[in-house]
Amino acid sequence: MLKTRTITLNLGPQHPSTHGVFRMVLTMDGETIVDLKPIFGYLHRGMEKLAETRTYLQNMPLTDRMDYICAMTNNLAYAITVEKLAGLEVPERAEYIRVIMAEFTRVVNHLVAIGALLNDLGAFFTPMLYCLRERERILDLFEMTCGARMTCNYLRFGGVAADLPEEFVPQAREVVAGLYYWVDDLERLLTTNEILLARLQGIGILPRELAINCSVTGPTLRASGVPYDVRRAAPYSIYDRFDFKIPTLDEGDCYARYLIRLAEIRQSLHIIEQALDHLPPGEVQAKVPRLLRPPVGDAYARIESPKGELGFYLVSDGGISPYRFHVRAPTLINLTVLPDLVRGLRIPDLVAIIGSIDIVMGEIDR
Amino acid sequence: MTDEEILARIEEHFPGAVVEVPQALDFTIVLRAERLLEVATYLRDELGLDYLISVTSVDRGDEFEVVYHLGTMTDQAGYLVLKVRVLRPSAEVPSLTPLWRGAEFQEDEVYDLMGIRFTGHPNLRRIMMWEGYEGHPLRKDFRPPYPIETDRLIAQSYAESENP
Repeated sequence: MLKTRTITLNLGPQHPSTHGVFRMVLTMDGETIVDLKPIFGYLHRGMEKLAETRTYLQNMPLTDRMDYICAMTNNLAYAITVEKLAGLEVPERAEYIRVIMAEFTRVVNHLVAIGALLNDLGAFFTPMLYCLRERERILDLFEMTCGARMTCNYLRFGGVAADLPEEFVPQAREVVAGLYYWVDDLERLLTTNEILLARLQGIGILPRELAINCSVTGPTLRASGVPYDVRRAAPYSIYDRFDFKIPTLDEGDCYARYLIRLAEIRQSLHIIEQALDHLPPGEVQAKVPRLLRPPVGDAYARIESPKGELGFYLVSDGGISPYRFHVRAPTLINLTVLPDLVRGLRIPDLVAIIGSIDIVMGEIDR
Repeated sequence: MTDEEILARIEEHFPGAVVEVPQALDFTIVLRAERLLEVATYLRDELGLDYLISVTSVDRGDEFEVVYHLGTMTDQAGYLVLKVRVLRPSAEVPSLTPLWRGAEFQEDEVYDLMGIRFTGHPNLRRIMMWEGYEGHPLRKDFRPPYPIETDRLIAQSYAESENP
């Protein structure tokens, strides 16, 4: 009788489909994946330790560099945690600006996620560049507001760093209108494409119970039929004032995760439109001491970041720096299910699954 | 179910498991480490707290605090904070990974960076630092190989400057 044995195959850390420096050790039975062991830490910068030596405000730019695609939402999560800890109020106009920026960030993230997913599937850079082209229009808005395109460092405790420039609102409306049209275009290009369907449909099915048990959040969870979104479940900022839907699908495969992202782009655009319509005049920054010393205690606050539930846990000893600074990184926890999703599939499917979970190593390793 | 009701249920079913209910921004219950697993099982199966939000830890000097945030994905509830305190030399806590697989990487991270062992964890390993690394960076007595004091001095001088 012919004996077969499994082989160990190393994938990464330098590999174009791993979205950064992520290494996987695969156990293969021929072409089939038997097991997968994820190995992280190649981008570990010790942020949680570093943050303990800097003032609260000095840590704001540090958060930009976690999930470097979504700087604004990282800022928002950190800002609302410090505000909870220190008991600060935020002016009305600043809240609206925060929502507009957070939702634009969600669109940016989903565009990059879809583009990168298609890249991984082998549609080399054509869909990616369409997505990046639209993303540039949003980054232009970020740049005119805060001077930076990716590492925005725009939010402050009790407000935002600067008011919107005059031309922001008309240009934002133009971008939103253009994006509605363009998302339809992208759907015509991709959604019913035969190759995309063959590569994504029925691949990497994440059952509902497993998703909840593994604390999976974000679009990955909602594609498995759980309508959980922090914006609806525990509204922060002023999300309770907007009308939007939580798109969910029951299939739980890669294709569902792709469709959820497209649907969420439309919902985000809808929220931005409402926020632009109701943007009140007034201050954008509350009176807050430049050097914050929050009272002794601890606080956890969370937001729905584009990738899932992003939370900060801060402990204050009454000093100028946090005593403990912890980040609940959604993508690290979402990766718990990766070995279950790939078992029995092949390496090209693994690449599609990683693309559809949408990871960023800057946030996983911190 | 309100926070007080949850606390009453825990005290009713597990007498002696609650150590303290400290004043905090979020409703917090401090549990005995050896009772953590049974209380967590009860919270998940009977009270519907099916979602382990996060696992983290704080170095409090003589003891470590392991902090769990528990919530639910089914209705509009907040979350419950569970804390467990362990003495520094032993630093061992039962793992929640058998209940929630979502705890796996987070407990790995706490073990790696804070040096708290989780008994019953299927594969406790260093997740951020490399194999063979010595020490646990997030402990307050950790001395990093680079001059971290400079950072602290900059923050301090910023604090003391005339117009901060």
